Amino acid sequence: MEVALSAPTRPIRRVPPTLAVILVIAALAVTWELIKLVFNLDKRTLPHLWEIADAFVQPSRRNGPPLISVLLEAALYTLRGALLGFFIGAALGFVLGTIFAHFPLLERSLVPYVVASQTVPILAIAPMVVIWLRGSWWSVPVIAAYLTFFPVTINTLRGMRSPDPRAVELMHSYAASTWQTLWKLRFPSALPAIFTALKIAATASVVGAIIAELPSGIQQGLGGAILNFNQYYITGPERLWAAIFMAALVGILLFVAVSLIERIVLRNIVRAA
Amino acid sequence: MPPVVSLKNVNKIFGPAERPTTIALKDINLEIQPREFISLIGPSGCGKSTLLRTIGDLIEASSGEVMVNGKPARQARINREYGMVFQAPVLFEWRTVLKNVELPLEVMGVPKAERTRRGREMLRLVELQNFERHYPWQLSGGMQQRVAIARALAFRPELLLMDEPFGALDEITRERMNAELLRIWHETQTTVVFVTHSIPEAVFLSTRVAVMSARPGRISDIITIDLPYPRNVETREHPRFFELVTMVREALRKGEEMKE
Repeated sequence: MEVALSAPTRPIRRVPPTLAVILVIAALAVTWELIKLVFNLDKRTLPHLWEIADAFVQPSRRNGPPLISVLLEAALYTLRGALLGFFIGAALGFVLGTIFAHFPLLERSLVPYVVASQTVPILAIAPMVVIWLRGSWWSVPVIAAYLTFFPVTINTLRGMRSPDPRAVELMHSYAASTWQTLWKLRFPSALPAIFTALKIAATASVVGAIIAELPSGIQQGLGGAILNFNQYYITGPERLWAAIFMAALVGILLFVAVSLIERIVLRNIVRAA
Repeated sequence: MPPVVSLKNVNKIFGPAERPTTIALKDINLEIQPREFISLIGPSGCGKSTLLRTIGDLIEASSGEVMVNGKPARQARINREYGMVFQAPVLFEWRTVLKNVELPLEVMGVPKAERTRRGREMLRLVELQNFERHYPWQLSGGMQQRVAIARALAFRPELLLMDEPFGALDEITRERMNAELLRIWHETQTTVVFVTHSIPEAVFLSTRVAVMSARPGRISDIITIDLPYPRNVETREHPRFFELVTMVREALRKGEEMKE
């Protein structure tokens, strides 16, 4: 009797991931302070990390709440728009990619426009979207979706085309319908590529939401906070840095969330080396 | 009883009709009776895979008649009358072994309980019943190919089309798989069309060997294999086995010479 090559367990990781993350953060912090030391940078160019940390707990304005609670509230506000934009963009990208994968004629005629849409600077389009939507909050998710649909479209298209031609022949030999081939073969084959796109889209949606807040005159989000602290940069540079850190944190949070879902969904798929 | 496969003047030309690039199949005539095991053997590019795919309606013949179970090949495919095994196992990596075997039954809308029952039965047939929860990447190449055979037989097709199914395996595994396949063929009473470029494999397995030659691809000879059953390790050392291997080899050489 033959023996299976390996037991049904997952490969063992060498360095604990949490330790690796802590090490990288520590290394970045040391680099930051070293650059500051070596080039003798003043507070305006690059504040100390502890100055930024301190800014989080100081009141954002006289007698106001500490900056961190203001920023957390702003982050939550922006996250809502980013998340909605992410879902709209991902759904749109998935549908477009799937359609393109099945209709080569549509792919050839429409994909160039999809690509062109991404070469236009989002900063130029954002104000128009705001005007079209009469300055409503919806311009935030719409612009976030504008940035997220593209990678999902391209990778869904690529992923849906990725199955082994013989696997397609196999489904054909079962007289499987296009839908059955889509759900039982093309979609599962496309998942790794789709998740790669979703991770890119996750961070892009946060950038899109922040950019969208600027021309909308929305004050409650991180975009508003960044704009505000930009104006007071000379007197308090650490507050803008604090807002930037918070924006990065939101992006990372979404990225990590998508990665976790990816690990659960793709846990049984071992990609060919 | 009609022949399982009936090919009449089948031609396959690749490229546009007015400027054909390759004549892949030329005037193929072949009848395969129920319970036969036919091997298609020939050099690379002789069209043996093309012929197999034509029978399975994965490729359409340019002219001629391809009938399976007395029906046009397309109708037979739509009726799901044959199972297909490729050179690579082509298992779906996100499905367990059992779920892979159940795939055709799922496509055909067989209820879940029945699917599982039939899937397990097929895994017993290929002696992999202890691996149903494993994923394809956890199995060796030979075991993966056995899963592919179980999958092809899951819906009990009367015809099994195999395209160099053991071509990627080492010699020892290959010989063991040959014996396995003969046992399965006996147990399931299926008709098999088997593409290979291994002469001993073709002789060991077949009731008849169709020898093909290349450019244009055609059947140059058909050799009846009269080796007794059950065929086993000793069969390969039988004097008649060597005689038949020599006959097939000479037929292949003659086919090549006819071209020149």
